[in-house]
Amino acid sequence: MSAAVPAPAEPRRSRAFLKKRPGWVTALGLRVRESFAEAQRTLLFIGEVALAFMALLRGKATLRWADVLWQIDQAGPRSVAIVSLVSGLVGVILAYMGAVQLQRFGAQSFIADLVTIGAVREVAALMTGIILAGRIGAAFAAQLGSMQANEEIDALRALGVDPIAFLVVPRVLALVLVAPLLTAFAALVACAAGWAVAAVIFGVPPIEYLYKSLQSLTLSHVLIGLGKGTVYCLLVALAGCRQGLHAGRSAQAVGEAVTASVVQAIIWIVIAASALTIALQRLGW
Amino acid sequence: MDSLVQVEALTMSYGSKLVQRDLNFDIRRGEVLAIIGGSGCGKSSLLRHLTGLQQPARGTVRYGAADINSEDPATVARLRRTFGISFQAGALWSSMTVGENVMLPMELFSNFTPAEREQRARDRLAQVDLADQFDTEPVALSGGMRKRAAIARALALDPELLFLDEPSAGLDPPTAARLDELILRLRVEQGATVVMVTHELASIFAVADRALFLDAETKTMTALDAPDELLAHGPEGVREFLRRGARA
Repeated sequence: MSAAVPAPAEPRRSRAFLKKRPGWVTALGLRVRESFAEAQRTLLFIGEVALAFMALLRGKATLRWADVLWQIDQAGPRSVAIVSLVSGLVGVILAYMGAVQLQRFGAQSFIADLVTIGAVREVAALMTGIILAGRIGAAFAAQLGSMQANEEIDALRALGVDPIAFLVVPRVLALVLVAPLLTAFAALVACAAGWAVAAVIFGVPPIEYLYKSLQSLTLSHVLIGLGKGTVYCLLVALAGCRQGLHAGRSAQAVGEAVTASVVQAIIWIVIAASALTIALQRLGW
Repeated sequence: MDSLVQVEALTMSYGSKLVQRDLNFDIRRGEVLAIIGGSGCGKSSLLRHLTGLQQPARGTVRYGAADINSEDPATVARLRRTFGISFQAGALWSSMTVGENVMLPMELFSNFTPAEREQRARDRLAQVDLADQFDTEPVALSGGMRKRAAIARALALDPELLFLDEPSAGLDPPTAARLDELILRLRVEQGATVVMVTHELASIFAVADRALFLDAETKTMTALDAPDELLAHGPEGVREFLRRGARA
């Protein structure tokens, strides 16, 4: 019986794979040219989004608030659980690592300063951005990529509707509105986790921790943290929409767009985080 | 009949791959024009070029004085609102119900009240035998139903010009016949101009005033005339193509 069943044929390689590969200089040149073209498309996309927002602000475009609210629901409340988990664990790591070092100098009561400033000013925004890159940015790319593959975006264009205004603006706006709330929540959870570690493991009196925590926190730390969270989430939304809207018309292309959106968002976030941290420190904020 | 669209020296390509070259024809107001030809000859591409969804390698597509490929985006958007387009696979917006799909063009570009929009959407769906699918998600529809829902959406704003890409492909014969009747009714009652890409030869003979034949080998149009005329006196390749439909 087994002899009657033919062995599965080895998948045929595509002709493109069998083509002679170009030399490394040519390959490098082609790669550089493609990278420039990609960068140009990205800048063009960002410009189009900016123009769409300006048209909205000047009252020359309308916004479907139902779409914005739906996106807010997807990005905000539904992200709370994962943001809580990751921020809490990051708070634990921050407190534990800090406390171990500070304990050597008998200064474990400064865990509060370390965790509070670290979480509020830097870590909460960074973690929120990275979580949303995987959860929401990828979803944006998949939704818009599927719409592109199914000609749904062409159907909008054919109706005289600008896909940027109709599809991208509500998504970007939703994420920008949700970003400060999620960042604040992430900071709160990280601080609470740090407080638990300090109190339970390192014996820091809970009231002293809270007092030092509030003492170390300034308005500028809060505003900078919330501002960074908003910038990172804006980058996540732009990367997700950009990759989705320019995806090819196949299932594979949608998958590639999703991967590219997450990678691009994380790279943009890290670059923005470095630039903002250095710039803000230099400015003395 | 006066000319609604003028296509001049249109050449279509994907990168370096030529699809069709030097197409010259016009679309007359109130006619049903069928675009026919073998698979892969560029029929759907021509429809995308006619609607400005794809840029031509060369040539122009003019709606009166306006070239759809070189006007500013606002003018093109205004122009497109006079079209209704039904894509090959329907292209219904998957995040909305069928009814919402039909109502969206009215919501964006008309002054109808929500109640009027709903009533008109229900009427349009009834025209394509989908009256009971108003609240259905597109994913729950069969391929044929999606096409019909897309046609209902294309009719939402009573377009002057209707582009249909393979409207009756995959439909059972009675439904396809009802769709043909609908196209004829639109032409007679609303004075609509219909451009349809089709492989269904029975539909071509039933509804088309003229048929444009795109040749996949020579990569250009080889005939444009009434289907019966093409069957009787057209070039041999076109006659052979149409004979199968006449026999069917």
